[in-house]
Amino acid sequence: MSASYDVAVIGAGVMGATTALFLARGGMQVMLVDRGELCREASGVNAGTLTLHMTRAALIPYAQAGWRMWTSTEEWLGAGIDAVATAGLSLAFTDAEIEMLEKRAAVRREHGADIRIVDPRRALEVEPGLNPQVLKAAWCETDGYASAYLTGRAYRQALTKAAATIVEQHRVVGIDAGDSGFTVRSDDGTTWQSSRVVLAGGVWLGEMLAWLGVKIAVKCLINQLIVTERLRPVMRTVLSVASGLLSLKQFGNGTVLIGGGWQGLGDPVRGGVETLPDNLIGNLRLARWTIPALAEARVARIWLGLEAETADAMPLLGPVPGVRDAYVIGSAHSGYTSGPYLGKLLAEHLLGREPAHPLFDPSRLVGVPLPH
Amino acid sequence: MTTPVRAFDVVVIGGGPAGITAAVAARRHGATVALLDENPAAGGQVYRATPAGLAASAVATPEQVEGDRLRALLGLSGAVTLFGHTVWSVGPGFRIDAIGTVDASGPLALTAFKLIVATGTSERVVPFPGWTTPGVIGLAAATILLKSQRMLPGRATIVAGCGPLLIAVAAGILKSGGHVVAVVDVAGAKDWLVRLPALLSRPDLLARGARWLGAIRMARVPLFSRHALRAVREQGNALEVSIGPVDADGAPAPGAERTLTADCVAVGNGLVPGNEVSRVLRAQHRYEAPRGGWVAATDAWGRTSVPGLYVVGDGSGIAGAAVAEHHGELAGLAAVHDLGRLPASTFAHDCNNARRRFDRARRFGGAMAGLMAIRPAQVAAIAEGTIVCRCEDVTRGEIERAIDDGAHEVNQVKAWTRCGMGPCQGRSCGDVIAEIVARRVGGRQAAGFFTGRLPLRPVSLAAVTGDYVYADIPIPNAAPP
Repeated sequence: MSASYDVAVIGAGVMGATTALFLARGGMQVMLVDRGELCREASGVNAGTLTLHMTRAALIPYAQAGWRMWTSTEEWLGAGIDAVATAGLSLAFTDAEIEMLEKRAAVRREHGADIRIVDPRRALEVEPGLNPQVLKAAWCETDGYASAYLTGRAYRQALTKAAATIVEQHRVVGIDAGDSGFTVRSDDGTTWQSSRVVLAGGVWLGEMLAWLGVKIAVKCLINQLIVTERLRPVMRTVLSVASGLLSLKQFGNGTVLIGGGWQGLGDPVRGGVETLPDNLIGNLRLARWTIPALAEARVARIWLGLEAETADAMPLLGPVPGVRDAYVIGSAHSGYTSGPYLGKLLAEHLLGREPAHPLFDPSRLVGVPLPH
Repeated sequence: MTTPVRAFDVVVIGGGPAGITAAVAARRHGATVALLDENPAAGGQVYRATPAGLAASAVATPEQVEGDRLRALLGLSGAVTLFGHTVWSVGPGFRIDAIGTVDASGPLALTAFKLIVATGTSERVVPFPGWTTPGVIGLAAATILLKSQRMLPGRATIVAGCGPLLIAVAAGILKSGGHVVAVVDVAGAKDWLVRLPALLSRPDLLARGARWLGAIRMARVPLFSRHALRAVREQGNALEVSIGPVDADGAPAPGAERTLTADCVAVGNGLVPGNEVSRVLRAQHRYEAPRGGWVAATDAWGRTSVPGLYVVGDGSGIAGAAVAEHHGELAGLAAVHDLGRLPASTFAHDCNNARRRFDRARRFGGAMAGLMAIRPAQVAAIAEGTIVCRCEDVTRGEIERAIDDGAHEVNQVKAWTRCGMGPCQGRSCGDVIAEIVARRVGGRQAAGFFTGRLPLRPVSLAAVTGDYVYADIPIPNAAPP
């Protein structure tokens, strides 16, 4: 059996789902296919941080636009995902971290992020729960968080309303490019015809691009995340440290989410399979050091999320090199914040409109090895 | 600074009958063994030790006698025992991380070539309006109060639900001088009778049950067969409890509803295997309703699909303490054999006796477990507004709306509603949630089970992190600026 679409989007994370949504709203017949369910990988299990502190400098304008989308999902997605806009502080506890902090803030300011370096007194006014041993803080008003686990439900409702076809639990195993478009093949033998394809597979993008004969390496990070039981309010901002190895926020329900990219074990085939106790303890120590009141918290749940990253940590966003009518989106470092905006830009491009910001030409990464 | 690690041939998690005999059997054949349990002494739920400071009762019950025998065996075995230790992490390989909870002994890590998991069960409660009211507790909780604290759960207690625990708790309350308002049994006399042939495989245990039942009759406690709780409401200091008839499937049936008054309701609808460790380690699982639900797929020796991982006792499928004792021994022998330290002939010889006792006990255990299996019709009857996940206050209706919105397996329902995200991590509600989802998506296989996540028990951040300074935190390399 075979159906025909204007566009087949493969991978139903935030980037694929947003692309599909705006294409459907733009009048195209869109199919969105995923081997699992909507936003159940990185897009649904990440820490939900909406921050500029850890966004690569050149991506700042995109992250700012993404931040505006996340904090107003009721308007364009039709449902809330418990997004909260609040200040974000990146902290330095050592002299080396002060240097790192100032350097990071400076390059981000050049790209339009309003990040100021403040002294401990001011940092403690912004975040009274902070460890007073903090030496310096980088302060940005454009920060916040969403509940990533709600992302899939919101997108499902919006996509259904926009009459996009959602196909879950079908693993695409190959794409054949023909004269009249593409044949997308699933592991159970189902095929779909489409005039264009959008690859949006996160950590699986390297494999997907190979279907079209394009060699671009994508790194797979196995991030450990930790959430506590509910506890009294102990913090009100989003916190990180200069090294980037902490992200910390307390949700409205009192739970505190602790992340920062401490690594577990796994790979794109098996997913995240093993947490490393010493890395969990290190992450927890950093969290408790930052907000001492966390000593009273209990850890409720730990999980692993895959994060994709290209060789230069910037997104794949644009035409697949050498393949007509094929496009790719994804794999930006800390891509959740900018994710919906990148999807919107790609949809605009496919709809023949001029995107408000330039895309990131994937051809720059062909054959480029990953940094060690 | 990292946690110091101690290496063992075999690590056993859980000090109930299965864990004890596994450790003893492995030690007997020369393996180095460590056994961890969060309780202050071995014995598990059935053979729970009399806590220090409480005088032993004048006439020891058969459980106390058997418990003391098992504890003595373990004590003499030379296994390293770590009681008062909560295991919060297990990793492939195997690494086991625990926290000393009693004497604040802090974090501890072990490695093992073979990991034997004997983690017992948790209790299933099929929700009804008011089940989260203070004063409503589980049958298992009532058992702990009676055995471990020598406390009555209430001044006037209604005992409700199904299975042998129902009778055991009611008899236990009476024996301790308490008042049982009524016993409300979902099962009918017929459910018990059809299991009689299997129950006769263990006359000793059957006689015990008959004595309990006799004590309940003697005290003239009303016994409502084929009845279930309909609702519990607080009335001042008392609980107003409605009960009503149910059919053979556990669904509400026509007939008079009665209102009883009590200050405690002890309720349990069977036991669910404690399969957290095998889920975390991604072992293959099978859905077996008569054995309590999702269980790790194992052979008779407890070997799972993960090499080196054994699951025994009720955690591998509800069968009772008598079965667990022989199951543990089989796994202990298999672990040493699989380590290459027990010749095939000795292994076969030692297994022979254990295997025969195991098979016999299993007939009885299977019949009992059947009485405790989930009754899908009872779950189907849960009202829309009733809370199903009590940690996160998620109602039946919210779960149904998530399915309406397109969620088609339990992990998606969890993400969309937060059910199973609280401190219990689905231990209390997971089986009922999966049954609700299964009704809509074509069965329990399709509904799946909550992906196993650490920590195995909620763990204190202060305890895990210990004392440290900033320089002690092994911060990995920073991302580029």
